[in-house]
Amino acid sequence: MNQILLENVSFRYPNGFLANENLNLAIGQDECVAIVGQNGAGKTTAVKLMNGLNKPTEGNVLVNGMNTKDYTTAQIAKYVGYVFQNPDDQIFNQSVYDEIAYMPRYYKKSEKEIKKSVEEAADIMNIRVFLKSNPFEIPYTIRKFVTIAAILVTEPQYMILDEPTAGQDLNGTKTLSDLLTVLHDKNIGVITITHDMEFVADNFKRVIAMAHKHIIADGSAKDIFSDDEVIKESKIKRTDMGIIGSELGLGKDILNARELVSALDGKIN
Amino acid sequence: MAFIELNDVTYTYPLMKEAALKNISYKFEKGKLYGVIGENAGGKTTLCNLLRGLVPHFYKGKLKGSATVNGEDIKTIDVDKLSTQIGYIFQNPFTQISGVKKSVFEEIAIGLENLGVEKGEIIERVLKIAKLVNIESLLQKNPNELSGGQRQRVAFASVIAMDTDTFVIDEPTSQLDPDGTEAIFEIIHTLKEQGKTIVLVEHKVDLLAEYADEMLVMNKGNLIAGGPTKEVLSDLSLLEKGAMLPHTVLFNHELKLKGVELEHVPVTKEDCISQLKLRMK
Repeated sequence: MNQILLENVSFRYPNGFLANENLNLAIGQDECVAIVGQNGAGKTTAVKLMNGLNKPTEGNVLVNGMNTKDYTTAQIAKYVGYVFQNPDDQIFNQSVYDEIAYMPRYYKKSEKEIKKSVEEAADIMNIRVFLKSNPFEIPYTIRKFVTIAAILVTEPQYMILDEPTAGQDLNGTKTLSDLLTVLHDKNIGVITITHDMEFVADNFKRVIAMAHKHIIADGSAKDIFSDDEVIKESKIKRTDMGIIGSELGLGKDILNARELVSALDGKIN
Repeated sequence: MAFIELNDVTYTYPLMKEAALKNISYKFEKGKLYGVIGENAGGKTTLCNLLRGLVPHFYKGKLKGSATVNGEDIKTIDVDKLSTQIGYIFQNPFTQISGVKKSVFEEIAIGLENLGVEKGEIIERVLKIAKLVNIESLLQKNPNELSGGQRQRVAFASVIAMDTDTFVIDEPTSQLDPDGTEAIFEIIHTLKEQGKTIVLVEHKVDLLAEYADEMLVMNKGNLIAGGPTKEVLSDLSLLEKGAMLPHTVLFNHELKLKGVELEHVPVTKEDCISQLKLRMK
């Protein structure tokens, strides 16, 4: 079975700072997983281990059975695409089209094939109107979508999205929800770091909570959000509907408005 | 007279056909917290740029109508002076952080140094702000080695340190965990209590509903709603124009469909809980 496997993985930066300690995790290619947790918990460091940008200082990371220590980052990145947290770390071309076309050109695809895949990716991210723009002259959140499209066209088996929801508006968040569906249909595994609890509750079956360099919980959204200890440790929050439900004594695992309405059914006049 | 007054302001960036702000009129009073929401590219950041004089002084372009800060026309105002009255926190902390300072301490001090503040006072103010924003443990670190969320807090701290009367803050919590986000809102609330005027662009409308006195909703360069927070956020039709509304408002709508009507539209969790408690058997 295709999966990303972390076995007793620790990572220490060259300056001596220990960012991840003893991570154990298996993520299948058919999964869509959210990683949540406090700032500085080691989320970004952990996902960079999954695509070979970071190599474990202890333990092993296996991508479809390949130990990342035995391959270059470029070799692993073919299978695991990573979309940077800060789009400006990733973008370097003069037009949005060229930015997205960069990797397909590197792989020496024909211009016709490239055009087709660039346009498909641009449509998924709703950025076709920006294809001729200079990536540095478009809004931050659109730039983030450009970087997602640039990874989409490489057709990886897994895709890592690092805080794609940051700064997104209603339509942007909707585009991201739709993207997750598209990726699932294309059989691309997804790992998403996000601080948007509503987005997590609405879109992910499996949630991993991190705190202080460790994975402290791994389960369904309901498991994670009903555990007071995990919420406190990882500095996350219930959804607003979850907070209201729990305040009213209707249970701790309510995620959204629909669930709150049905929990109230017959209890309200 | 209002502290900031916009009267039929229309602004177009150079080389652009469409105006980024269209016929905007609004009055900002001293000591209030204004929340700005709306779809991206709808004019929120341009509005911020206008309030701090970057529009039209840096970006040039065409500005019509009148905009005044403290009675002074923005078109002719001294931008250096304006920057000592209005502090501005950038949307992207990666852009704001200077990159030339080797420690977080120096990064927070950079603005004060430029103003020629005396050394002893700089140290005192930096330490005070670091405590307030909860980044004391980062002071000796290199700003370029921080995580996204940590950088955002440093960027926030370095502007708060300037202690201006007004702060224009563009999405200060986009990279922060929920705990850190609430902490920033608490700090902003404290600033307001101290009499500061705050214009805050945010997508986290559930939190704005709790803290903002008034809300402005932007869409395609137009101000499509503006006024007291409760009033503005109760309007479901704003959803169709790309504005997020508090989850309690959406919940209220679902509840209505089931035939249960609350006394008024709850825009905050607290209000929602207390109304439901009264109605529960």
